[in-house]
Amino acid sequence: MQSAQTSFENLRKDFPILKRTVRENKTLVYLDNASTTQKPNQVIDAINDYYRNHNANIHRAVYALAEEATELYENSREKIANFINVKDKTEIIFVRGTTEAINLVAYAWGRDHIKEGDIIVTTEYEHHSNIVPWQLLTQEKGAKLEYIGMDDNGELTLDDLDKYLATGKVKLVTFSLMSNVLGTISDADTIISKCKAAGVLTLVDGAQAVPHMKVDIEKLGCDFFAFSGHKMLGPTGIGILWAKKSVLETMSPFHGGGDMIREVHKYETTWNDLPYKFEAGTPNIADVVGFGAAIDYLSNIGMTAIRQHEIELTSYAIEKLSQVKGLHIYGTKDISKRGGVISFNFADVHPHDVAQIIDEEGIAIRSGHHCAQVLMERLNVAATSRASFYIYNTREEIDKLINSLNKVARIFKL
Amino acid sequence: MSNADIYHEMIIDYSRNPINYGKIEDHDVTFHDSNPLCGDSIDIDMKIDGDKVSDIKFHGKGCAICMACSSVLTEIAKGKNIKDVRNISKTDVLGELGLENLQAVRIKCALLSLKVLKSALYSYLGKHLEDSSDVDKLKEEAASLY
Repeated sequence: MQSAQTSFENLRKDFPILKRTVRENKTLVYLDNASTTQKPNQVIDAINDYYRNHNANIHRAVYALAEEATELYENSREKIANFINVKDKTEIIFVRGTTEAINLVAYAWGRDHIKEGDIIVTTEYEHHSNIVPWQLLTQEKGAKLEYIGMDDNGELTLDDLDKYLATGKVKLVTFSLMSNVLGTISDADTIISKCKAAGVLTLVDGAQAVPHMKVDIEKLGCDFFAFSGHKMLGPTGIGILWAKKSVLETMSPFHGGGDMIREVHKYETTWNDLPYKFEAGTPNIADVVGFGAAIDYLSNIGMTAIRQHEIELTSYAIEKLSQVKGLHIYGTKDISKRGGVISFNFADVHPHDVAQIIDEEGIAIRSGHHCAQVLMERLNVAATSRASFYIYNTREEIDKLINSLNKVARIFKL
Repeated sequence: MSNADIYHEMIIDYSRNPINYGKIEDHDVTFHDSNPLCGDSIDIDMKIDGDKVSDIKFHGKGCAICMACSSVLTEIAKGKNIKDVRNISKTDVLGELGLENLQAVRIKCALLSLKVLKSALYSYLGKHLEDSSDVDKLKEEAASLY
């Protein structure tokens, strides 16, 4: 274990931002990784190199640069397919992020397949990006949106799913593999096998899970899967929608435009093959290349080692935070069921005040509703403070967090 | 502005023991608004006698800054003429608590209740006054608060 710890500390040198100071000469302690992660030199350099040496539009021109750019772009697609164990890389669609991926499904699949009276099931701990697109769709179609509830441990109450499936009206069940607030890892195997037995499609929001643990799409067995590059060392503005080919083939296009067509005539158009049918316009080539570099970086460390590192950090953090008087941690304390995301409230101090006071110590945590207001309502709070970890975080940083909380207690006379 | 300056005694006291906190059941006007970024949420109820704000209370959830500013604002407004309440500015509220140099991200916490108060007033005046240009002006004021 000790050697694993040391090697993770060695990774810090790859992240230039971790060397900077903030506020009054305080070393940055970045604990907002569920929101976005910092970028290693390898990713920054890949983007830089692309613009300096290979920039051209893809899939069109025949000259050397265009060929290089196309190859870099398609190589990233292949790396990503391998990373999540997808055999057919034409099922990997580049989008802006998880939000766009889910909206793509709601629009391009939902519009053709959802009718009045149908039910779409989501969960109480979803991010707004896995709620609002379904509200828009169900409202448009006269369909219904239902929620799998959550128990006080922060785990989904799957009896609710049985109840909805029994109606025979459910067309899609959509859930996050890991909650962005509670860190709960959903029991995907049970949900997906229940849905399969009922002939219902499943969408898995992998934005919080893919960066932190090994995800095997083939094993998972869902129909749609979405995640974002920027939460796993990659650049912002690039993400993935994966869907089974058989499902993609039943879908209309999302955006119309260049690259997604086969032939365009005055009044009709035929579509390009997968995945290009869903990638209209010049894509975010440089960031796709950067995302590929992030995948290489994570693959070199290994996702099992990353999960182990985060289990150690999270256990340590839960142990230390539990000792702070008046501090309440949300969600399960069973480390096998949660990732490196810890939401808490500190006595009656509002999370904004907590975040602001510890920011003075250079510590970046998130405060607010974390784009999960349905969950905040369920927890009966307006907001929480959230610390979330990644490969470069250390025990010393968690100690700093604890010390800074003592300062909050002092100011608020707790 | 450092935290030592922001989180002084008065802010902590007001946030712990807010003034004019609660509801007015027989209010003449009530208004609710929230900050979409952070989920802070404030309701203001007012009782209006003639052209005077005879009673005002607020309730909701917010950070220490939000709670302290709501307390101070309702103290300023209580008993005043509608005209004077209408003229309450952000510097009146921030100045009272020494928060003039509050950083941009927290300004919205500090001024949420002022926005709610102006909106409440606008909604009251809209129902009770004929002069629509006046109301438009008030609407503009409320919109330009931040």
